Amino acid sequence: MATASETKATRRDFLYVATGAVGAVGVAAVVWPLIDQLNPDASVLALASAQFDLSPIAEGSSVTVMWRGMPVFIRHRTQAEIEAARAVDVATLRDPESDADRVKEGHEQWLVMVANCTHLGCVPVGESGDYDGWFCPCHGSQFDTAGRIRRGPAPTNLVVPPYEFLTDTLIEIG
Amino acid sequence: MIKKKSLLGALVLAATMAFSANPAQAAGETAHAYQQSWTFSGVFGTYDRNQLRRGFQVFKEACSSCHGLDFIAFRNLSEPGGPQYSEEAVRALAAEFTVEDIEAEGGERPAIPADRWPDPFENDQIARDANSGALPPDLSLMAKARTIHQEFPWWVFNYFTAYQEGGADYIYNLLTRYAEPPEGEELQPGMYYNEFYGPIVMPNPLSDGLISYEGEGTPETVEQYALDVAAFLQWTADPHMVSRKQMGFRVMIFLVLLAGMMYLVKRKIWANAH
Amino acid sequence: MANHAGNYTPGNGFERWMDERLPIIRFSKEHLMDFPTPKNLNYWWTFGGILAFMLVVQIVTGIILVMHYTPHVDLAFASVEHIRRDVNYGRIIQGTHAVGASMFFVALYVHMFRGLYYGSYKAPREIIWMLGVILFILVMATAFMGYVLPWGQMSLWGATVITGLFSAIPVIGEPIQTLLLGGFSVANPTLNRFFSLHYLLPFIIAAVVVLHIWALHVPGNNNPVGVEVKESRDTLPFHPYFTMKDLFAIVVFLIPFAWFVFFAPDILGHADNYIPGDPLVTPAHIVPEWYLLPYYAMLRAIDFDVLFIEARLGGVLVMFGSLAILFVLPWLDRSPVRSGTFRPLFKPFYWVFVFTFIVLAYLGAQPAEGIYVLLAQICTAYYFGYFLIILPLLSRIETPAPLPASISESVLAKSKKAAA
Repeated sequence: MATASETKATRRDFLYVATGAVGAVGVAAVVWPLIDQLNPDASVLALASAQFDLSPIAEGSSVTVMWRGMPVFIRHRTQAEIEAARAVDVATLRDPESDADRVKEGHEQWLVMVANCTHLGCVPVGESGDYDGWFCPCHGSQFDTAGRIRRGPAPTNLVVPPYEFLTDTLIEIG
Repeated sequence: MIKKKSLLGALVLAATMAFSANPAQAAGETAHAYQQSWTFSGVFGTYDRNQLRRGFQVFKEACSSCHGLDFIAFRNLSEPGGPQYSEEAVRALAAEFTVEDIEAEGGERPAIPADRWPDPFENDQIARDANSGALPPDLSLMAKARTIHQEFPWWVFNYFTAYQEGGADYIYNLLTRYAEPPEGEELQPGMYYNEFYGPIVMPNPLSDGLISYEGEGTPETVEQYALDVAAFLQWTADPHMVSRKQMGFRVMIFLVLLAGMMYLVKRKIWANAH
Repeated sequence: MANHAGNYTPGNGFERWMDERLPIIRFSKEHLMDFPTPKNLNYWWTFGGILAFMLVVQIVTGIILVMHYTPHVDLAFASVEHIRRDVNYGRIIQGTHAVGASMFFVALYVHMFRGLYYGSYKAPREIIWMLGVILFILVMATAFMGYVLPWGQMSLWGATVITGLFSAIPVIGEPIQTLLLGGFSVANPTLNRFFSLHYLLPFIIAAVVVLHIWALHVPGNNNPVGVEVKESRDTLPFHPYFTMKDLFAIVVFLIPFAWFVFFAPDILGHADNYIPGDPLVTPAHIVPEWYLLPYYAMLRAIDFDVLFIEARLGGVLVMFGSLAILFVLPWLDRSPVRSGTFRPLFKPFYWVFVFTFIVLAYLGAQPAEGIYVLLAQICTAYYFGYFLIILPLLSRIETPAPLPASISESVLAKSKKAAA
């Protein structure tokens, strides 16, 4: 008698638990789309990587392009700039990075950086400052010819975005 | 007794919905339309990739000089469930077009996959001037913006078969039924006659052999072109149909399962009620 | 039914502490769990719960759509397409909201016709009914304004026609219309205010729903036999009996809902609304969404002048009158018997009423010409006749069938019958 009612109770509990579990799966399946819709949509993602042609950029000049809504510097560095950047003792830097870490091998003349100062996001001015690199007019951060922080409040070097060379004159950022 | 009446009431209410949702008939929708059997109709329907590619070719070669495709970006052409060209092919295709870009040098640049299909005319007025005063409508939503006229009770079945391909039928009928005007009907200058639509400004855009398909085996006829481009325009109007239906199956199976379990739970709980 | 209160004793220290400050646990226990509910409620009674669920669905999906929608005449149409094409799961969320409006009305009409059949509007439930009529009107207004937002051809021209109704009012009509539109035609200011109100109204609806349920919890539910609850044997606690029954009904309701969302999301709408709104071109037939059609048919049925009232104003009066008349229904039907089941004369008239309402919906979608207008006039006459003549008259002449002594007796009789 006791066992009979016990089995009954177990079977009933199983049904309740199973239904609750299936219902919970359903709720989760509904909640995910409601959250995922907040993520970047297809039209935004389509612009998440962008190609830029480098051939019009003469040595010693730079351009600012837009990538993911942010300005990006692409600088065609002169030999003197590259050598100046290489000559720095990495150990003395606030954010130690060698010049080679900041460019692609074989394409050392090209420096690609997000153009927002790592301090509070202003756009630094090029070919200026004590290190002939970039100077941020907002709070006076100074960057060298490899975009590394040398003086001022910025905590880190200018950010190098993920990019690759598709050909010698075509890069894809992102 | 109550049950039976209630059931009747439910049926009647369901019928109201069906009845009253009878789509309005716009001009050209009153003529009888020959319905086609589309691969994408019904709940199991899915696009035929090769047909979409052929349809895209027809659009490009026969329609795109006058009609835009505003809501389609080049990238859509490589997405799953569509014509699914390779990304390189789409990039190369996009580069053939020039788009305006106020940030680019000279105000324009070659298109990239993220760009929308460029309009053939700079603005509506230029489009009208080039087309005897009529504006060639954008085609991206054409397959949803048109439908065919069906007599009662045939359209009632659409709710149960999920048939929403009236727009593709409309496009097919329009493209295949150009004819000489019936005797006694005078056409205004610059007008053509279409058996399905009536007098129309658009000249017959298709003729047998106009477009040469790659490979063998697909007839190069007006009939086939019309079917293919109608399918392509159905896709441009509803690019996520395939994934939507797939998700639908999972949801339906889940709901039936949950409903069954909920019924058992309810019955079990109510067993103690009396 | 006041005796339902008082069987909650705070279980622990925290509950006692809460109970003396904000007795929300007591409230939930008494109103959401223990509330005594007639045990004989049939599945037609689950549509109240379904409606509450649908309101939540519409609010949640609506708030999400607003995150991606742009209320501007030049951008609205494209932004809705952007939602359908680019936003993650946008096609499903937008489809749920659009199909959801239709499903909302399916549930709403079932709920109302259930009330009409079982006499749920009769004393002491007049306020519940009247709040329900207010909800009905608010939902119709919300749905109408929501339909304008995608800014397709039907959006624009539907809004033009409906706001044009106000211009039929003598003298002040045109200034009112201009005020509503924020201009002299339906344009950007109209779209923006409709958007604002479409966002606001659902929360007002939710507030009125609270009043509706509050009013319901004073006398308690009506039930299929229409005999008031007499003893505790007549009722069951709301939870788990009716929570589970309602949940089951909601899941079943979701099946046709999902069918439309996933397999035929556009079938309940109009093809014309996939053409961007164009103030230069009118669609051949301007037709409201199906759920407004019966009232639209009544509006168009009046194509003749009555005394000094011209046809256009007459139509507007009839349409608003058809809703206003529902407010006084509790005082028109004086029959002491609530449930139509025990009213042999009432039943055929009721079903004819349901039928004419459906015919009106059909006629609303047809062109206003010839036989359709005549039929609409006949059905409109029956609509008003039903409330103003038939129901008052029936309550005088009808001999109701004998009522069961109590709910539990009727339930017992039924199960005996089933057993035999």
